[in-house]
Formats: sequence, C-alpha cells, structure tokens
Amino acid sequence: MSVLVEEVLSNVKATSVGNSVGAAKVTAKDFQSDQDVRWCPGCGDYSILAQTQRILPDLNIPRERMVFISGIGCSSRFPYYMETYGFHSIHGRATAIASGLKMARPDLSIWVVTGDGDGLSIGGNHMIHLMRRNVDVNVILFNNQIYGLTKGQYSPTSEKGKVTKSTPLGSIDYPFNPAALALGSSCTFVARSMDRDPKHMQAVLKRAAEHKGTSFVEMYQNCNVFNDGAFFTLTEKETRDENVLYLEHGKPLIFGKEKDKGIHLDGFTPTVVSLKDGKHSVNDLIVHNEKDSTLAFILANMTYQEKLPRPVGIFQSIERPTYDEMMSQQIETAIQKRGKGTLEKLLNSGETWTIQ
Amino acid sequence: MAKTTKSLDEVTIRFAGDSGDGMQLTGTQFTNTSAIMGNDLSTLPDYPAEIRAPQGTLFGVSGFQIHFGSKEINTPGDQCDVLVAMNAAALKVNLRSLVNGGSIIVNTDGFNDKNLKLAGYEANPLNNDSLSKYQVFQVDITKLTTLALADMNLPQKIVDRTKNFFALGMMYWIYNRSIESTIEWVNDKFKSKADIAEANIRVLKAGWNFAETTEIFSVRYDVKPATLAHGKYRNITGNQATALGLVAAANKAKLDLFLGSYPITPASDILHDLSMYKQYGVKTFQAEDEIAGVTSAIGASFGGALAVTTTSGPGLALKTEAIGLAVMVELPLVIVNIQRGGPSTGLPTKTEQADLLQSMYGRNGEAPVPIVAASTPGDCFYSVFEASRIALKFMTPVLFLSDGYLGNGSEPWLIPTPESLADISPKFRTDPNGYLPYLRDEKTLAREWAIPGTPGLEHRIGGLEKEDKTGNVSYDPENHERMIRLRAEKVERIANDIPLAKVEGDEKGDLLVVGWGGTYGAIRTAVEQKRAEGKSVSHLHLHYLNPLQKNIGEILYNFKNVLVAEINMGQLIKILRAKYLVPAVGLNKIQGLPFKSSEIEKKIDEILGGK
Repeated sequence: MSVLVEEVLSNVKATSVGNSVGAAKVTAKDFQSDQDVRWCPGCGDYSILAQTQRILPDLNIPRERMVFISGIGCSSRFPYYMETYGFHSIHGRATAIASGLKMARPDLSIWVVTGDGDGLSIGGNHMIHLMRRNVDVNVILFNNQIYGLTKGQYSPTSEKGKVTKSTPLGSIDYPFNPAALALGSSCTFVARSMDRDPKHMQAVLKRAAEHKGTSFVEMYQNCNVFNDGAFFTLTEKETRDENVLYLEHGKPLIFGKEKDKGIHLDGFTPTVVSLKDGKHSVNDLIVHNEKDSTLAFILANMTYQEKLPRPVGIFQSIERPTYDEMMSQQIETAIQKRGKGTLEKLLNSGETWTIQ
Repeated sequence: MAKTTKSLDEVTIRFAGDSGDGMQLTGTQFTNTSAIMGNDLSTLPDYPAEIRAPQGTLFGVSGFQIHFGSKEINTPGDQCDVLVAMNAAALKVNLRSLVNGGSIIVNTDGFNDKNLKLAGYEANPLNNDSLSKYQVFQVDITKLTTLALADMNLPQKIVDRTKNFFALGMMYWIYNRSIESTIEWVNDKFKSKADIAEANIRVLKAGWNFAETTEIFSVRYDVKPATLAHGKYRNITGNQATALGLVAAANKAKLDLFLGSYPITPASDILHDLSMYKQYGVKTFQAEDEIAGVTSAIGASFGGALAVTTTSGPGLALKTEAIGLAVMVELPLVIVNIQRGGPSTGLPTKTEQADLLQSMYGRNGEAPVPIVAASTPGDCFYSVFEASRIALKFMTPVLFLSDGYLGNGSEPWLIPTPESLADISPKFRTDPNGYLPYLRDEKTLAREWAIPGTPGLEHRIGGLEKEDKTGNVSYDPENHERMIRLRAEKVERIANDIPLAKVEGDEKGDLLVVGWGGTYGAIRTAVEQKRAEGKSVSHLHLHYLNPLQKNIGEILYNFKNVLVAEINMGQLIKILRAKYLVPAVGLNKIQGLPFKSSEIEKKIDEILGGK
C-alpha cells in the first residue's frame, strides 16, 4: 500500500459497522443503501441480495473494507443497493476491475456480481483469467439462462433449442456449464446454489467469503418475466427432492424424498442407484470430497444430464497461493534484495556521464 | 601507410543487416558509447515486424540510424553519410538513404549468389560500377570473424552471431570511439556464459584491429563532444523515459504505481521496464487483453493508486469504452499510447501520428479527455509526468501520446533532481460530514477521491449518468445536460493550470510552422535553417493537445501563413481550423517514417517563395 493510502487509512477509525468486536450488533440492515431496489417484482435477485446482506455481518470485516463490483445486466444493479463501496462498471469487465483493485488494495474484501451474459459471454475472457490467477475475490454469477435487461434474448447458458426473440426457430448454441468452466479454469472454490433455497445460499456464500482465492458461486436465479420457471424442477417442493443432489463434504451422495437414492461411480461415470432394492448400500456411493479435483469435474459434469440429479453445493475448495499475495511478495523480495528504491537512485541508474 | 585523422561536426551512420544480424544491438552500443563520449545525438531504429524474417530477403532488413555530433542534434539525420550493409538486401533497401559520395562498408560474404538473388540484383553491385558515386569498403566480415574465433571451437551459429561486433569494432576505430563501455556491457550481459562473452569481445577487438592495421581505411574521424548543458547525463529512449516519468510521478504523489497492460509493439518496452522496478513499489499486471489492461487500472485507481495503461493504436481502440467509464466515474488514469502506423494492424514497427483524432473523439458520447504529447525521447519523461499530474489534480483520464519514433529513438538526457520536478499532491477525502461523491472543487471542478477503506464514505460509482453532487443514477434531462457541460468545463479549466505556449523564433511573421509530438526535431532543424537564410518563419510546437493552451489563437493570428506539419493525413490541422478558423495548410507524410528536415524546408520555400 502506498505511503499516502496508508497514512489516510491509519488516521481514520474503523467503523463499528460490520466489525462485531466491542460494537453493537451489526445486522443486515446496516448493509442496505438508501436506494430503492428496482428489480421486477418476483425476481430471484431479491433473495440473493437479502441473503448476501444477511451473511455479511458474520464475516467480521469492517463495512468500509467491502467493495461490490458489477458489470452490466439486471444483476449488476446490485452494488447500488449495498451500503458498501461499489462500482457498477461496464459490460463484462467487473472481474478485470476487481483484479486491479485487489492488486492495488489487498486489504479489501471484494465481491463481483455478474450474470450469465455479463460473466460468460462478453466477460468470459476476464472470468477465466481471474480464476486461473486465483485473485482473492468472490464472484456470484446470477444464472437465469436468459438476457433480461435487453428483454429476452438467449444467453450462453440457455438450453439448446431455446425459443427467444433472437432465436425464433430455437437456439442452436450449446450452453456453458458454468461450474465445469470454473473448474476447467483452475478456480480454487467452485459452488452452486439457488435463489429459492435461502439457507443453502447463505451457507455457500459464507464459505465463499471465507475462502482465500477466487470463489465462484453459480447462483440459479429465476427471471419471472423472460424465463419463468427455468429452475422450478430444482427449486419447487413437489420436484426438488428427486432432482437435486446436495453436495456435503465427507458425506455420501444421497438424494430423493425418502433419501433412498445415491450416486455410484461406475468407472468414471456417475450413475443413480437405489438404496432400497437391496443391490446397493450406502457403502457403494461416492463420498464427497471438496479437496478432490477429479471428483469435482465428475460431479460438475452431471449438470444437464437428464437421468442424473443436479448437484448443488461446493464442488471444490482447495488452497493455492493467491495472485495478489504473490504480487506483494515479489515486491517485498525485490526490496529485500535490492533495497528500497529511491527516485534519485532510479533516475541515475544505468550508464551516466557528467558534463562539467 | 600513414593514417590521417579528420575532424567532423556531425556524422550519420546507418547499420543495416538481416533482422537476425543484431543491427539494433550494434546501433545501441554505438549510441551509448557516443553518448558517454559527450556527443549530442538522435537515433532511428527501423526494423521489420517479423522477428526473424527469412534470411537475406528485402523485407527482413533491419536498420539502425544514428546521427551524432559536436553540435546540437535534433533529428536522426535526413540521409546517412555511412552505410554499413551486412548483406545485399541491406544495401538495396538502404542505398537511397545514403548521401551522394557517402561511404559503404559491406560484408562481402553477404553478397553470394543466393543473397544477390533474394535482393533482386541481377549482377553483383560490388563488381560493377553501379556504386561508383560512393566510396565502397569491402570486408569479408564473416570470414574474419570465423578466423578470430578459430581456436575456440564454437558452433558456427554462435560465430555468425558475433559478426555484428566485428562491424562495430571497425566503426569504433574509424570514429575514434572507446570500446570499453561495450566490453563492460558484454561482460555483464554474458555473466554466466564466459565463452560467449569472450567471443564477442575478441571479435570486437578484431574489428578494431583490422581497421587499424589494414590499408583499407586510411582516414579516421574525430567527432568532438557537444557543448551540452552542465550536469549528469544518461542516454535514454522515449519508452525508457516514459517508464521513469511514471515512477517519478507516483513517487512525488506518494502513491503506488499500478500498470495494467497487454503487450503491443511499440509500447511493450514500457511494461518491461516497469516490471523491473518492483523495489520502487511498482505493480505491473500483464492482463489477458487490452480491455483488462485498462479496466484493471481503473480498479486500481478506485483503490487509490496512480493507475496507468500502456498501448498502441489498435489497443487504444479496444480501451475506448473503458476510457469513457473513467470519464464518467471521474477517476485519475493515465493512458499511454505509443502510436504506430494504422489503420487496423497497419505498420506495427513504423511510426505515425496516427491517433490524435482517436484520442480526441474516439469514444461514445461527449467524453472529453485531456491529451499531452511528448516532443523528444527525453521529453517523454516530463510529458508523462505532466499527464499524471493533470490526471490526479483534475480526477480525469489523461491520454499521453508518444510514437514509435520517440519510443525507440534515443538522445542524451540531462538527469533531473527529484526536487526539481513539479509538485503533485493528491488528497483523499476522509471526513464523512457532508460528503457527496460528486461534489466538486470550485476551481478545478474535480470531485474528491474517496477510497475504499475510509469509514463513512461508502458510496457507489458507475457508468450510468450521475445526478449532480450525489452521484446517484439519474435520467433527468436537465441533469444530463448539466453533467455533460460540467465534465467538459472541467477539462477546459486545465488550460488555467498549464503554461502558455511559446513560439520558437519571432512572434510575428510570414509563416508559422505548427507541429506536435515527435516532429519537433525535424521542424526545429528546418525552421532554424530557414531563419539562418533570413526567412520570416517561426515554430510552434504543441505539447498540450486538449485543452489547447489559452494563447494558441493569438499566436496563430500573428502570422500570415500557418503550416501544420504532421505524420498523418492532417489531424491537428482539423482541430486548429475548427477552433480558430485559420486557413492553415498541411504538410503530410504517411510513410511510417519521420519527416526529414529537408522535406519541411522545401515546403517552407514553397509557401514563402523567393521571400
């Protein structure tokens, strides 16, 4: 941190807000800005905003050290509603802006709020590079499988055959599987949750915030205007238990209303087995391990497979040095080795001569 | 045979060979040695975009021209006095740069049948009278180099790579230069490869000794030191000066320097240089693309760094939208554009004042950006420092324009003391009482910099139109017009913060030659020459392109004729005509090459006639 930034920040007192040490209890309300929330009534975004505001007080990070950065799209209005530092930037670039901010200011807790269009289409390049570098920021990707702000064109996560305004005969694009993309980009924390499962979302967001390195959370989010019900089989009471597989570290992969089905690995292929037919027991099931990258790939690839339940939860959580940390270390090492540079020394470096 | 020594005021030498022959290195070594010996100088590297173009071809020729002397040197020289040609193609491509009566030193081994065919020679020009108006020195450099290293058992590939040092050694002898600084450089460069170091030094000495003992060269030349201002000097290229200027600005401002950049010719050297300055707290980020280069810098600026992105024309085009964002969120940012020939990929390694209009207008909406342009390699330091100062004081992105000619060209540079540099003292807001993100300083109209980490100043910025003062999103029609005018007015007010323009020559007269950027040396040389001949001509060189200095109109109106000389189709002239309604005429050259001062002189004569 520069002399000036350090000077300024050491002279201000950390606010009690968000910092539970010796302060009045901080609540979600402390993170709500004075701006009216303007998403469509019934939008899944409301729930994500609420759950985020709910977990922030538990992080023990002063509010002024938090920054929310977004690009363009419905989800990207998010920072306006947060009483933290915020930056509503340009389409697709939030991840790159966040990278620069984190490098300049490793002391900040930075969140990127993006969507399936912003983060995977126009901003796809920055997204994968953020993840491979392991910059210590948290990404929430609101996936509603549609372009909402531009009123209903297909997105890079829309299913093949999707009929939209720009695909009247059905989309011929094959969709991204965001979790698999993140794993393929060597992201150290990869998770999936859903707007209509607030408890699960809170747990996942908290884990994401606590993770050192890039955290990528794909958040299924219902767009009730342009793509209503895209995830209803996964979120509604009648169907969800048969269709959702909750990943829990150290536990066997069991699902179903009666907890009567599980995931068995046949070679490298996950298959559904019954725990009731006497052929398989819980011992035949995959035990989830967040540290196992190979398993994470297998589980992520269950997505979009009709005969398999959809995995949600934390696919992977592994440790790798963060980019911002290594950048700071290189500077420290250079200073140790070569001595702290002065302007005088720099200007006079190289071959010089004097004219009397 | 006795050798005689003649004294010269100035000489221009051009080293030319295959792009793998090490001509840039040879030229740089000759330059550094001449600088240390106290000559004034100016250089022009001229190399192909291909890293290793097929050997012996015309398009694979790489050249390096140096103009040095005991008098003031402002350009790399219109024509060269001496051409060192390592092969037939190098001779063919560069012969037109040689003055009549000039000298050619050729490596005869580079003129075999294959070389001649590739160069398009039907007959060997060394064997007929086609070069009769020049003085030709034929040396089998390849053979002599091989002999010099005969007992070292080095692979022929390595031996071949040292032959440029034979040529350098000869030139050092002819121009009475010391070989010591090159020897030092070799020892440092090949610290861990003793045999390579020895081979290079041996060949360098062999070249020197060859020139001294053979009877081919009977005359050697003395070029005395120039009378430069007193002080400590170093030789500097424009790109090196740019890197130093940025570190200096951050240091003065007590901020960290952050560079977000994507490699692009001819700007990459700034990224390389800054990457070496980690002990100065410099953070460099090689981003995944040009857009991430600029947007990461915007992120760093939000966090309180002096943030910079470096690029060239095509990269600037990609950064366009993000620069508009920086205009909207009113954060300091320095965009360094080392211009090259366009459009599209254009001429990556050739110079052009290609992007003045892109810099002025290349954004959606009304998005004014201040522009500062450097005039010489050494001036890149001061100009980018000034760009940084303006960015921090006015909370705005600033475009710094240099070009391939300035970036790669070099000159002796009087090293400034840190104390002599202008004051830069940015302030961060800390007081939460009455804070609104878009409250402005009355004088500069700059908003305050409130960085994350400051309690009570939590606020949101973004690309949507801002409500005056609060910075909240606003679609109000009157507010939009007010904000557009405020942002424009802020940039205009920079004119109150910069010095007035100065004319070189008389302040009134028949002709004013106006230039900006890298044409400075050529225009200065031409105007001085014509003034010496008694012509009523003066020179105005613009460092500030936006806003223009307050007295520009007044200066222009004091001359009967205005000539705007540019390495483009006429970009500054459009701005001057539109703003001042002057009937200026243009002198335009779009060949990827800088002006020759003779070209400007010719135009001056044309306008002033016999006067």
